[in-house]
Amino acid sequence: MVTPSYIAQQLINALNIGSIYALVAIGLTVVYGILRLINFAHGDMMTIGAYVALTAVTALAMPAVAALLVAMLVVSALGVLIERLAYRPLRGAPEVAMLITSLAISSLIENGATMTLTAQPRPVRLAAELTQRVNALGLSFAVMDVLIIVLAVGLMIALTLFVRRTTLGIAMRACSENVRITQLMGINVNRVIAVAFAISAGLAAAAGVLWTGKFGIVDPFTGFLPGLKAFVAAVIGGIGNIPGAMLGGYLLGFAEVFFVAFMPPEVSGYRDAFVFVLLLVVLLVRPTGLLGAHEVNRA
Amino acid sequence: MLSVQNLHVYYGHIHALKGISLEINAGEIVALIGSNGAGKTTTLATLSGLLRPREGHIHFEGRDLTRLPVYQIVQLGIVHCPEGRQVFTRLSVTENLRLAASHRTDHTNVARDLEHVHHLFPILAKRRNQPAGTLSGGEQQMLAIGRAIMSRPRLLLLDEPSLGLAPMIVEMIFGVIASLRRDGVTILLVEQNAYRALQLADRAYVMETGHIKASGPSRALADDPAVKAAYLGG
Ligand SMILES: Nc1ncnc2c1ncn2[C@@H]1O[C@H](COP(=O)(O)OP(=O)(O)O)[C@@H](O)[C@H]1O
Ligand SMILES: [Mg+2]
Repeated sequence: MVTPSYIAQQLINALNIGSIYALVAIGLTVVYGILRLINFAHGDMMTIGAYVALTAVTALAMPAVAALLVAMLVVSALGVLIERLAYRPLRGAPEVAMLITSLAISSLIENGATMTLTAQPRPVRLAAELTQRVNALGLSFAVMDVLIIVLAVGLMIALTLFVRRTTLGIAMRACSENVRITQLMGINVNRVIAVAFAISAGLAAAAGVLWTGKFGIVDPFTGFLPGLKAFVAAVIGGIGNIPGAMLGGYLLGFAEVFFVAFMPPEVSGYRDAFVFVLLLVVLLVRPTGLLGAHEVNRA
Repeated sequence: MLSVQNLHVYYGHIHALKGISLEINAGEIVALIGSNGAGKTTTLATLSGLLRPREGHIHFEGRDLTRLPVYQIVQLGIVHCPEGRQVFTRLSVTENLRLAASHRTDHTNVARDLEHVHHLFPILAKRRNQPAGTLSGGEQQMLAIGRAIMSRPRLLLLDEPSLGLAPMIVEMIFGVIASLRRDGVTILLVEQNAYRALQLADRAYVMETGHIKASGPSRALADDPAVKAAYLGG
């Protein structure tokens, strides 16, 4: 039944999923912009973030918001560590070397999580305040649904301010144009790249916590599919471009949710394939993505 | 101030610098001239640390630079204004200038230097919020030099600042270079326009296929028949 309240619920779902894709896509795009690395281990940062938050809530009895912060911090640090140990030694090597390394890291994390935590999915139970439904504007929605949107948008605003206003943020944008020349400005680009990885991994962790909060379950492969979708979102928006990643994330969230909501069941099962068809169509019309500039020469 | 001994630099198997030695004294303008592919850009990139020599030494005020990271070399006061301007096209004019000064801690001087840049190049003040990619070639070169000023150079490495610019802009750029020297900046100037470079410089080095072919006071070089024939159009 297509009723106004059904459509409203789908809208909220689309905003939820879109917000999460956007957060994940930003992290991919920030790192890609600077290092030309398609980070295959990015989705796994979501998974680790979700496990860290779950542990913080169940074992340490932390409130959900504190657990979210802890997850972001821990995974940020992990992102910096991985860059330092795995990617920095490969700087200057062909780009494919880093890409393969990120695949290796992804496998390592997924296998490691399966071995130590088991492949058994774990339930993520939210506190009653979060699952409680609110009625407003003639609509009914869960507190968690609103929280996802508010937190994600808040993080995106914070990131935008950081990248526009602070010297480090400007240096990050300069690096994504030309790392060599950024060094000539007296800037320690290793520090800038470390910060980019911290932000990238931290946002993925937040996305992982929100994702598992919404779907109520976490396993070692939780981040795989949303990570892949976020990659599609980043490419649709124009990879390397932060507003593009946000736009791509929301577009994909809306397309996917409304595809499932309005297509008959025998078609809507093709949701994930549809996402890639959408990608192909966008790339046929705009090869560099919606907001992507033409590739500048990186001499 | 700067002393370079027996520098050898390679691009893979290509031997681009084959034992370069040169000296720069504080307060001088030294020109580095030579035809395309001689190794001038490679020399500057090695001095600023973008390239590492396989052999040889670079001493700046007694300090060996060959192992120092690029950003620390900049912080010592060696500022490289690269060939082809290389401004950050997606950053605004102000962001470009701000970035170049971001390693400095003398904030009141930074503000004064920004005023100075706006005074030298009023068009940059007018276009301060525009992406640098929307500037004309001449304006981008002004921004590149403005950016170098914001880094507070003691030794400024300029790579072909007049390349491809209209004569009026070239005059303006050379005027600014002269004024920087009056402010106490030491300058190593790479130029296609050998005639103008020799006019401005105190001394010059002539490069050819990775070697220094000749050196001496600019006036003497400008009168040298061999240099005249090769670089000054007879
Ligand atoms: N990135 C590079 N890779 C390989 N060879 C290069 C590179 N850059 C310059 N060269 C070679 O090194 C030599 C010196 O070049 P360059 O320093 O740019 O000369 P100049 O600035 O005097 O025109 C040339 O033979 C050039 O072909
Ligand atoms: Mg050159």
